[in-house]
Amino acid sequence: MKIRAQIGMVLNLDKCIGCHTCSVTCKNVWTSRAGVEYAWFNNVETKPGVGYPRDWENQNKWNGGWSRLEGGKLKPKMGGKFRILAKLFANPDLPEIDDYYEPFTFEYERLQKAPEVHTPPTARPHSAITGKVMEKLEWGPNWEEILGGEFSKRSQDYNFGQMEKEIYGEFENTFMMYLPRLCEHCLNPTCVAACPSGAIYKREEDGIVLIDQEKCRGWRMCVSGCPYKKIYFNWESGKSEKCTFCYPRIEAGDPTVCAETCVGRIRYLGVMLYDADRISEAASAEDVEDLYQAQCDIFLDPHDPEVIAQARKDGVPDSWLQAAKESPVYKMAMDWKVAFPLHPEYRTLPMVWYIPPLSPIQSAMEDGRLEKSGVIPNVQDLRIPVKYLANMLTGGKEAPVVHALERMLAMREFMRCKTVEGVTDTAILDRVGLDENTLDDMYRIMALANYEDRYVIPTNHREYAGKTPFDNEIAFEQRSSCGFSFGNGCGDGGQSRPNLFGTSTHKNTMSGKIQR
Amino acid sequence: MPEATTDFLNHLVFGLYPYIAVMVMVLGSILRYDRDQYSWKAGSSQLLTSKGMRMGSNLFHIGIILLFFTHLVGLLTPESLYHYVITTEGKQIMAMIGGGVLGGICFIGLSMLLWRRMTDPRIRATSRFSDILLLWLLYIQLILGLISIYYSAQHMDGSSMVALGNWAQHIVTFRSGASDFIMHEPWVFKAHLFLGLTIFLIFPFTRLVHMLSVPVKYIFRSGYQIVRKRGRGY
Repeated sequence: MKIRAQIGMVLNLDKCIGCHTCSVTCKNVWTSRAGVEYAWFNNVETKPGVGYPRDWENQNKWNGGWSRLEGGKLKPKMGGKFRILAKLFANPDLPEIDDYYEPFTFEYERLQKAPEVHTPPTARPHSAITGKVMEKLEWGPNWEEILGGEFSKRSQDYNFGQMEKEIYGEFENTFMMYLPRLCEHCLNPTCVAACPSGAIYKREEDGIVLIDQEKCRGWRMCVSGCPYKKIYFNWESGKSEKCTFCYPRIEAGDPTVCAETCVGRIRYLGVMLYDADRISEAASAEDVEDLYQAQCDIFLDPHDPEVIAQARKDGVPDSWLQAAKESPVYKMAMDWKVAFPLHPEYRTLPMVWYIPPLSPIQSAMEDGRLEKSGVIPNVQDLRIPVKYLANMLTGGKEAPVVHALERMLAMREFMRCKTVEGVTDTAILDRVGLDENTLDDMYRIMALANYEDRYVIPTNHREYAGKTPFDNEIAFEQRSSCGFSFGNGCGDGGQSRPNLFGTSTHKNTMSGKIQR
Repeated sequence: MPEATTDFLNHLVFGLYPYIAVMVMVLGSILRYDRDQYSWKAGSSQLLTSKGMRMGSNLFHIGIILLFFTHLVGLLTPESLYHYVITTEGKQIMAMIGGGVLGGICFIGLSMLLWRRMTDPRIRATSRFSDILLLWLLYIQLILGLISIYYSAQHMDGSSMVALGNWAQHIVTFRSGASDFIMHEPWVFKAHLFLGLTIFLIFPFTRLVHMLSVPVKYIFRSGYQIVRKRGRGY
């Protein structure tokens, strides 16, 4: 057994209002630069829809994630090492920028400087890459916002697999939900596996997956390897970039920018302990419906004394072990079983998990044509089909999703009885296998969601990276050195100042000015 | 031009220039790797337009890589050594046919890539001066190489090939008089050599450096995953 700790995230989709604050604050911090205007390390999609980049969930098209071979071994779906190297010259699995969208700005100047004209002046869109007028914008970030576009296109959504989807095109049966997405910081990342340069790595101490910008050679295999399409090729710098999980903030014990700024309080961050020796075992479960459980099986109970002893031996600091006990992520994923990984069938063992959303009981129920089954409404009567959620979160297995939704419904019903009618109806809890103490905890963390309950992030301990338990030199060696920067360390090489080895073709593409 | 001047120029271009070019290539590459690794990349533009890439880029790369290595072997194998397996005349025929085929493959690919770079608005807008210059230099170099097949055909005894081989072998072994072998060869060989050396010269200042990063290590990487332990150096 080799115990490692990872900062995981849970997003409570039941509370997401699709305001995009996470996306915007993330963009302002990380991708408001030339070359990555089109990149959203965090984006929010309206589901059902084909998403961003278009159809990203369809791995028959993009070949992301892993495939399981006959003997149970795993191989990147895009091919083994030789096959990947054969794609260096031209990568058939690479999305084009149009699959995301061609970045654009509007000619705002025209609104102020137009001469006197008969009709009001308009600001036409211009490409941020070529500067040319774009006659018609065909696609953009979040083009399908709140079910925008035709059902026939949106229903290409991969999560409709094995479903009779036509009826959901009818107005009476329409449903929608929001899906905020970011890098999953997987336990078994395909991007790392596909990188020929070895530039992508997982940090041992907190599990954050990063791209070494110095080592990256721009072979662009990671973009294809990642089934979530959460690695972006910077067309200006020629290197791949991805969500950093705001590691400078995490190291200091602060939540990521997307989590910090979430107005709906839907995001949770906490430590998960897992057995690193069993990663490949968990990722290679034969039946995709078993993958969710297989991943749960390698998470370790932070209260178990044996686990604690072994974790200490493997170098996990005590403050992290304490944080693991209070981890909201562990509670939701493991104790209460209400959070699920996104598309476990990709076999990457993702570490950003989702609580499925409740949805209005179908109109039939409201008309009194349907009865409650027992004390809580039947989840099969919810507007969002359970199968759809299962295709997204459990590899198609419905039972765990039903179980989670029932618990969430029970929590509502119980608290309603308690606060409105003043009745403590434990029959509701019995029905879903919860006790009152657990429910109080659930209510506090999931419904009230105070800041300190949502984010239990221990600060990083560099000093434990050394050979001795506390290495003074390592602890202080980077004191007063530079923080995050592109180019050569703190210097101004690379992009910022032209030199003999290259210069940038675009200055600031995010200034709102047209490129000339 | 007086003979002394041509002698001097010949010595300058084919006797000294090779050392200058290779020196700049080596030192420049080391400096760039050390000082500006963030700029060290393949410089792919496939994300912006992949049209024509599958055919163009593959043909170009396969063609030029094979051309590079066949040139290397062809130029640097001493006559006495290859005579064990092939005659001088035989080697020339092989070089002409092989070079012609590979050159043709590369020509098709490079034409497609050049067309793409010059005409596609996105690629054009994101091209650095060096990207465009490099493609044209390679294109001219390739065409010169293909033209040289015609000149080789004028004398099938392999004398030009031997002369070029001697020149290269003298250069890499630091023997004097290397440029004398070239002196009376047809212009096309001289131009091809000069341009080739110039490509060496500009190597570290262009995207060509990515060829030094061929990910051979990837094949030998044990397993797929990489975990970095935090410690010195990171």
